[in-house]
Amino acid sequence: MTDPTIDLHDVDSEHDSAYAGLQVNDSHWAFGTSFEDPLAGVDTTVPDDVDAAVLGRYAMALGDDALVLSQRISEWCSRAPDLEDDIALANVALDLLGQARLLLARAAKADPSLAPVLPEGSPVPPEDALAYFRDAHELLNVRLVEAADEDFADAVVRILLFSVWRLEVWQRLVASRDAVLAAVAAKGVKELTYHRDYAARWFVTLALGTTESRGRLEAALLRAWPLWPELWAAHPIDVAASRQGVGVDPSTVRESAEEVLDRVLATAEVARPEVPGLAAVAGRTGRDGLHTEALSRMLAEMQSVARAHPEGAW
Amino acid sequence: MVRTMKVATRSLDLARRVAARVTDPELPMLTLADLGVLREVDVVGERHVVVDITPTYTGCPAMATMRDDLVRTLGEAGFDRVEVRVVLDPPWSTDWITPQGRAALAAAGIAPPGPAPSHAGPIPLTLSPTARLVRCPCCDSTRTDLVSEFGATACKAIYRCTSCLEPFEHVKAI
Repeated sequence: MTDPTIDLHDVDSEHDSAYAGLQVNDSHWAFGTSFEDPLAGVDTTVPDDVDAAVLGRYAMALGDDALVLSQRISEWCSRAPDLEDDIALANVALDLLGQARLLLARAAKADPSLAPVLPEGSPVPPEDALAYFRDAHELLNVRLVEAADEDFADAVVRILLFSVWRLEVWQRLVASRDAVLAAVAAKGVKELTYHRDYAARWFVTLALGTTESRGRLEAALLRAWPLWPELWAAHPIDVAASRQGVGVDPSTVRESAEEVLDRVLATAEVARPEVPGLAAVAGRTGRDGLHTEALSRMLAEMQSVARAHPEGAW
Repeated sequence: MVRTMKVATRSLDLARRVAARVTDPELPMLTLADLGVLREVDVVGERHVVVDITPTYTGCPAMATMRDDLVRTLGEAGFDRVEVRVVLDPPWSTDWITPQGRAALAAAGIAPPGPAPSHAGPIPLTLSPTARLVRCPCCDSTRTDLVSEFGATACKAIYRCTSCLEPFEHVKAI
């Protein structure tokens, strides 16, 4: 065996000059190249008795929830009420994008037939193919995540409802028989706790603030509320994943989440809205690929560059 | 045989030392080892190293840079085959930041994290800003206020000191 030679250049000195890194080596700037797989080195073997198609669809649905909400929250970049919240919202969007990336990569690994087929030689990794090359009716996200925010209060309400729901489900998902989902959930739980508490505090602050802030919060809650029941439906995708021991049926954990939400509402002195849930259309909801019009418009913008260059390397 | 083993051990020591020297792209005062994201370094063949790293946050955009930096630095030290693997489990915790790492953060004006909260049982809802004791890294005062739970990177919160009035960052415990 050859003994490699040591090059003990002083690492600290690299940080003394802002230009030092530029002169060293262009590879320093090779962001992402040849490291496309976010699950590189992670054991993605599907347990023997688990139906890979069930696991794939479930991971894709959870990934789509995060992908769409991340895109919507990131639309606040440079538009939030103040700098701290601009940064906070960008952080929340980034966490969700990270979850989406791992989940979509997991979905495509479990069931490669899920990823759209791209021209031969395209360098687009499977999770990007899923994110950028599917039409609205192929996305399985819940409908809560897809509308555009009209007001900062919309972002607060939606992040609150979403993270109360997701945190409740993911606290159980850490016991998934799929090692990847379990690991993503264990990490996600820590992130979602921050998202939930951030939104809950803003919810209380706006509710107990001025007449204007309270009115706008209540209006935002009314807009989001019809989409709350859909989160808790025992949809066949979630039920099948739960039966296989890889997923969680949200209808079984609703009670404790409602208690958390009630505490936020009580502290904010806001009553539960009395509006019915948004109906399914011919029995179909978000998890069936049935979406509101807002999603196609959002995707048109989000996907335009990737679709214009299916063979592009970034 | 003995000589081969000695060389192998030396090679492993070198790989570990070099990998441990690579710094975090967003917290350059900290090495990946001090940050606790460098989980394992192994020499599996001639000039062939396998490095395990774990992300701090799921969406951490620094992962690709960390991997590039590891490949580059180990490459410069003579390892021409460097595989960087992602380990997701167990999830990263700020408890893994070493004492040297904490000292380096404080010296750079970033308040190091306290003990990570345990996530056994239902996660309590916190409706008031988290009351954690954060010392001002500039004047050591404990009279500090949280400005925002989210800072310039996913792992930091923004505080201000009410004694010396300096704003500062705090690596939040997770």
